[in-house]
Amino acid sequence: MTINTMAKGGWQREQTICFRKMEKMIVAMQDPDMGMKLRNQRLLITVIPHAMTGHDIIIWLIHKYSVCEEEALHLGGMLVKYGYIYPLKEPRSLVLQPDESPYRFQTPYFWTSTRWPASELDYAIYLAKKNIRKQGELMEYEKERYSLLHKKINHTWDFVVMQAREQLRASKQRRKADRIVLECQEQAYWLINRPPPGVHNMLDVGLERQNNFNLRATLNSDFYKNEIEVHRRALGRNRVKSSICLEGFLKYSEQYQNHDPIMQGCLPSNPWISDDTAHWTMNTEMVPVPTRLRVERWSFSFMELLNDAMGRQEFMLYLEKEFSAENLYFWQACEEIRHGESSKIVEKVEEVYKNFLAPGAARWVNIDSKTMDKTLEGIKQPHRFVLDDAQMHIYFLMKKDSYPRYLKSDLYKNMLAKAIVPQETKKSVFPFMRRQRHSSPSPAQAVAQATEEEGRHKGAG
Amino acid sequence: SCDFAAFTFGQKYMRSPLSPEMATQEVPLNETLAHLKTESETLKLKLEEERAKLHDVELHQVAEKVEGLGQFVMKTRRTLKGHGNKVLCMDWCKDKRRIVSSSQDGKVIVWDAFTTNKEHAVTMPCTWVMACAYAPSGCAVACGGLDNKCSVYPLSLDKNENLAAKKKSVAMHTNYLSACSFTNSDMQILTSSGDGTCALWDVESGQLLQSFHGHAADVLCLDLAPSETGNTFVSGGCDKKANVWDMRSGQCIQSFETHESDINSVRYYPSGDAFASGSDDATCRLYDLRADREVAIYSKESIIFGVSSVDFSLSGRLLFGGYNDYTINVWDVLKGTRVSILFGHENRVSTLRVSPDGTAFCTGSWDHTLRVWILMC
Repeated sequence: MTINTMAKGGWQREQTICFRKMEKMIVAMQDPDMGMKLRNQRLLITVIPHAMTGHDIIIWLIHKYSVCEEEALHLGGMLVKYGYIYPLKEPRSLVLQPDESPYRFQTPYFWTSTRWPASELDYAIYLAKKNIRKQGELMEYEKERYSLLHKKINHTWDFVVMQAREQLRASKQRRKADRIVLECQEQAYWLINRPPPGVHNMLDVGLERQNNFNLRATLNSDFYKNEIEVHRRALGRNRVKSSICLEGFLKYSEQYQNHDPIMQGCLPSNPWISDDTAHWTMNTEMVPVPTRLRVERWSFSFMELLNDAMGRQEFMLYLEKEFSAENLYFWQACEEIRHGESSKIVEKVEEVYKNFLAPGAARWVNIDSKTMDKTLEGIKQPHRFVLDDAQMHIYFLMKKDSYPRYLKSDLYKNMLAKAIVPQETKKSVFPFMRRQRHSSPSPAQAVAQATEEEGRHKGAG
Repeated sequence: SCDFAAFTFGQKYMRSPLSPEMATQEVPLNETLAHLKTESETLKLKLEEERAKLHDVELHQVAEKVEGLGQFVMKTRRTLKGHGNKVLCMDWCKDKRRIVSSSQDGKVIVWDAFTTNKEHAVTMPCTWVMACAYAPSGCAVACGGLDNKCSVYPLSLDKNENLAAKKKSVAMHTNYLSACSFTNSDMQILTSSGDGTCALWDVESGQLLQSFHGHAADVLCLDLAPSETGNTFVSGGCDKKANVWDMRSGQCIQSFETHESDINSVRYYPSGDAFASGSDDATCRLYDLRADREVAIYSKESIIFGVSSVDFSLSGRLLFGGYNDYTINVWDVLKGTRVSILFGHENRVSTLRVSPDGTAFCTGSWDHTLRVWILMC
């Protein structure tokens, strides 16, 4: 399977966007009023006009985009890496130095976007020029590529050499300063479009997204009919005013702020910082005594309570007391059908009917007659979602009735009262002394052991 | 005249299903198709109008009363080295410390990120493994890419056993696999593909349970909704659309098209009432599902490279974005401001996930490494 990492005949969408944005930046940098102040730069015995220092570039970026120095250095560095600005002092190193090192804007003629894609022929001519101009000027990797190209486009080699000679002759007639500049510009262009081995290929965008070839096939009348359906349904949707919805974000962030370790830290310490796994040990699925934050979270929403194995266990205890535990058992059984293997659906639905829905069932659930009728009819041809309506009915029943009462109950209040608030681990006096990081048993191991033990018991019994 | 009659007769004929002879003739733009396209676009405009009517305030305005966030100093606490090529995807295990990662050279590695030990390694029969996911039980991983499939590997405890031996082929697409995710159990997997579709599969049998059609181009990402009824997911694609789907019916229930380029990543806000997206247009956006519209854009003039992946901190106050310019930008979701920029990777950040308990986040990069980041107090 061949992969096109360079677009064949079409410019990559992603590259186009970035290049356009960088070019806009470059144009702004050269604005006569708000752009950078350019000056002459001495390079050995030649004076190069319209140059700027690395420092200048960074200062300009800091002011223009209100960013810090590190970010300006990074952003400027990208402009250099993509060849919009090239260094005069160390031309082969496309790096932005935050000092007095001189740089120049690349001429649009040599922007990668202008001359896309870089042609093999042009590269051959460039290497030929270098070779002719100064014997031994080609680097090792350039020599290899030169001979490869020689083999590959042998039939046009005369043309290549002729062009190279012609370009060299023309350049001899230029002023020395112009000649140096042109050589620098051209070199910068090729460093990006044919990077040396081991250097980032800045033009690598990974796997080509071939969505264009799909387009003609999929944009048929069926596609648009589908779109029309989607839009019609969307138009019929109930929408909520922004002012109401957006308050929800504020409430949620506020409620969960203390529970967000990245924002507020965690107790006794963040394992990633302290190398102490106590925080994880205290918060495993089943612990003798849960932490206070954890128990608090059960009161945030019914879903939080059910998603926590301990919370669910506690809630079950409460429901047992209220003689309505069958609701939670039913809900769990429905979950297992929804998320379980396809092959087990029929038998599981059978089980649910026997235990929860059949008249006189041991854990009969109280569903309204309409839903019950619909469900009983549906389970004659069981499928994954056949119990959805019934499950939802029971879920909302628990949520609106049992859940709020649970939160007011002694059971919950006691749990909250005796919950642990871990002591914050004092920061180590010697922060550079690293604790040993202990490994933990893989979840895969835990399950295997459980099934092993199960097997042994079954064998014994 | 004769010719005119023949012409009008021809036109009328073209409205009916093409007969075999007609198919070989030159047909001008199919009137039915053009008509449908116009109707679709008119409805889309009307939808935007309706959505705009209820938009009476911006998120950052509502958030004016909220306290601003201070300086965030985040550092790398673990660097995982071992991949020989670009890291393309990663996922956390529910145990909050293990991760699975996949790369361009076909390697899938399971790490204990806490100790940085490699625990398992698989070599896929294809390159560009763009998708990988950890099973909820922690006993298996799923992955796929250029092989157009999604395969499940049970994690063997025997170090000498070849994981590839127990491999199970689950999903089959007609183009590359871009993302995969287990649903609430190890038994079902949701996939997205370059073939423009998403699909839900039964792991045990490999059976296709539901397919999702509606994207006009490659689908690049997906995320499952953490909702009470747990039946929806969102996908993003090269058609610049983010679609919300009903897993039971296969229908697209909501669609958003405000990005200016490919959507590389989608992630639900923790409450499930909204989701964020990251795109090649260098912006992250927040879409509220109840308001049925985009409610925030996270962008800056100095950020010009695409976003490859996004995720929320546990409280949803922070949005982390991994970018193609090697950086991570941290956004204040409510105020819309950029709180921090993180440097460290030496090539594109291709994947980013916050850990299950929110204590850290992990990034994978084209520089062959993964990093675990935390906030230094």
